[in-house]
Amino acid sequence: MTDNSYARPGAQVHFGVFFHGVNHTTIWSDPTSGSQIDFETFRRVAHTAERGLFDAFFLGEGLRLREQEGKILDLDIVGRPDAITQLAALAGITRNIGLVATQNTTYNEPADLVRRLSGLDLLSGGRAGWNAVTTDNAWTGENFRRGGFLDHADRYERAGQFLDTARAIWDGWADDAVATSTEAPSWATAGSVQDVSRRTSQFDVTITPTLPRSAQGHPVIFQAGDSPAGRDFAAAHADVIFSRHGTHFDEAFAFAEDIRARLRRAGRPEDDVKILPGTQIVLAENASEVEDKVRWVLEGQYTGQTALSLVGQVWGRDLSDRDPDGPLPEFDPVPAPISGTRGAARDGKDPLAIAREWRALAEAQNLSLRQVAIATTQRSGFAGTPGQVADELTRWVRSGATDGFNVSPYLVPTGLDEIVDLLVPELQERGSYRTEYEGSTLREHLGLRPPLSRRELLPRQAVG
Amino acid sequence: MSLHLGIELDGEGTHPEAWRRAAHTPDRLLTGRTVADRVAAAENAGFTFASFDDSLLPPGADGGPAGRIDAVNRAAFVAATTSTIGLVPVVGTTYAEPFHTSSQLATLDYASRGRGGWIAARDTDQRVAGALGRTEVTAPADVAREERDAIAVVRDLWDSWEDDAVIRDYATGRFVDRDRLHYIDFQGDAYSVKGPAIVPRPPQGQLVVFGFDGQTDPSEVDVVLVSGATAGDIADEAARAKDSGATLVFAELDVALGAATPAPSSGRLSFAGEATGLVDLLRALDSHVDGVRLHPAVVDEDLPVLARYVIPALLRAGVAHRPVPGSTLRSTLGLDRPVNRFRAERLEESSR
Ligand SMILES: Cc1cc2nc3c(=O)[nH]c(=O)nc-3n(C[C@H](O)[C@H](O)[C@H](O)COP(=O)(O)O)c2cc1C
Repeated sequence: MTDNSYARPGAQVHFGVFFHGVNHTTIWSDPTSGSQIDFETFRRVAHTAERGLFDAFFLGEGLRLREQEGKILDLDIVGRPDAITQLAALAGITRNIGLVATQNTTYNEPADLVRRLSGLDLLSGGRAGWNAVTTDNAWTGENFRRGGFLDHADRYERAGQFLDTARAIWDGWADDAVATSTEAPSWATAGSVQDVSRRTSQFDVTITPTLPRSAQGHPVIFQAGDSPAGRDFAAAHADVIFSRHGTHFDEAFAFAEDIRARLRRAGRPEDDVKILPGTQIVLAENASEVEDKVRWVLEGQYTGQTALSLVGQVWGRDLSDRDPDGPLPEFDPVPAPISGTRGAARDGKDPLAIAREWRALAEAQNLSLRQVAIATTQRSGFAGTPGQVADELTRWVRSGATDGFNVSPYLVPTGLDEIVDLLVPELQERGSYRTEYEGSTLREHLGLRPPLSRRELLPRQAVG
Repeated sequence: MSLHLGIELDGEGTHPEAWRRAAHTPDRLLTGRTVADRVAAAENAGFTFASFDDSLLPPGADGGPAGRIDAVNRAAFVAATTSTIGLVPVVGTTYAEPFHTSSQLATLDYASRGRGGWIAARDTDQRVAGALGRTEVTAPADVAREERDAIAVVRDLWDSWEDDAVIRDYATGRFVDRDRLHYIDFQGDAYSVKGPAIVPRPPQGQLVVFGFDGQTDPSEVDVVLVSGATAGDIADEAARAKDSGATLVFAELDVALGAATPAPSSGRLSFAGEATGLVDLLRALDSHVDGVRLHPAVVDEDLPVLARYVIPALLRAGVAHRPVPGSTLRSTLGLDRPVNRFRAERLEESSR
């Protein structure tokens, strides 16, 4: 695969910051690591990102605390705010940056969720985004009226119907529905608001939309999910994909090619969806400092206890009395699909197969348990001097592997500072990063076309 | 005595034609600017709290505003740009997911540094059930049960993290002490909720919960809102609510101080006229209730008069007091920060 097969010479790097919340990759043990829940922390990260001309500030979601062996996981950062509420508060103290809420389609209803997203969009002047996820563990349902009511396969079915309903709600108000004069016959023009009725396998609802269109039409749709069904869902509905493929160029490029093919099949221009993989960026002055810093970051992220916990998820038992710097367990994992950690990425996969793979790796490279945990679960992204990383990110974007990156700082709230202070200027020098916000909406920042459902109403040339 | 003053800031005001007298064109109602300007004006005036009405359904019939941004979003939007005023959204108790309600309100409390409240309101219109695809709840006993369950679940979730659950213990590598996180294991007739919350315990421990007289059990809330056609009715109702366990009682009061004619009857006490008359009425109510929530007929006409004439007179007379920067809504209202109930249970058990 060559770098030139999809060359885009003038392309620019788009940045989002993914504020992780629950995770083990934010180093909480460092003295500069602040509160993970106080508003001040979120304010600080959002303001730094805005100073760095980022497209978006992004919040994840998880609606149940993760567990391992029937106990709440106590090693990771735990506790996070409600995404839309927190972003509304940030909207009040920012001017330009996009505000993206991860919200699942399984434990929400369109009438309520779509309304709250629109509220955020209006309050922020058209800066809202929605990362529509499907939440693949039924166990989360124990916190909701419905319980864990959907199989994995049915989740995208519901998600698709959810998005169709959302679009109908957003399109339910005519563009000029609201009066522009206090002398008008009524506040909203008669007939300008349409009820939305849906009787489908997932919904039996009648909704009167309560909000007008925003400065960007409606919130930008993000998608995060990697299965074929997830990718088709993105090709049908999304403006942006928050992908897992932000570490290896070839893998990222192959993913982008796959998405472009799916978009063509869906009848959309192949650059209609922007791809922003999650990534981590480690910067230092010179090669030896880079190496030291990468080691320091990995050691902070993979404490002995965390490594034992990650391997324990696969083995299906508590390994906390073992030596993390010793070998993998000599005994086999329990031969059941992994469910020890509810909400972990490997749920549902065969632990025996994973163990075989990991043992082969440990043998081939002479790795300790902790080193195996690092080698198999970390997705480190980029490390280098600001100049080296700027060259590399520019190459990725200009050769069509991604449109940018969703950066997760490994320190919160200070970790974004060096990216904004050191890397952004290098990118700007290369002409691959904006020097000011050109527009005021998230859709404009990302260079997106108008919302999908409204395009047919616009003159053809505007669609591009 | 001392009177806490609140103001309801939903829409353009209670008068059906209020939108015609707004200080902006209709299409500016649903913007951040309008929300922020009004709450800032209320804070500067010295109000204790602003409330935001809500429903999933459009607010206006008869040609008025047909749009409304949800109340939690509006309260959160001004949380970090204000410093003393309490922010009190309505969230329904009949059909909403209590898990979401609890997280949203706890987040509001973090963003406002402890100035969040909650008006727990029943959804009485069946179209709300239709919009959410839920089974209609119609029998009064069932509506009451849903409200009781919603308040119980939300409150338990706020307590499901003890205050010191985040320990950052470097030696053992533990970020939290899992013994200070609690499953709430709520089992109701209609649903169950496992817990714990995803948001740590909010700054106030428990947000200030408001309920309506004659609906919510006064012992489940911090503030009971009473309505009555006359000041005498309010006094009677307030006394009854106190007798049945209410902590604080606030009167609901419609006001029309601008040129507007009074809004059609809402069942609330109503005042129309000059500022001095309203000051007299509020001073009279002061001996019967702990606070008053004002419902302006036209926000953009009445709020300036309240700010310029009514509240200054009450402040001067020592009847009302400006909230102090840095204080929580609970402390402004003279309420203690509640002990976490799981911690209390744990301590009780260990002392047995
Ligand atoms: C990069 C990325 C980020 C995700 N973030 C979240 C999240 O914050 N909350 C959540 O519930 N699910 C999240 N998901 C999970 C997906 O929504 C989806 O449920 C899961 O990937 C299973 O779908 P799939 O089989 O299509 O991959 C994320 C997935 C990816 C790839």
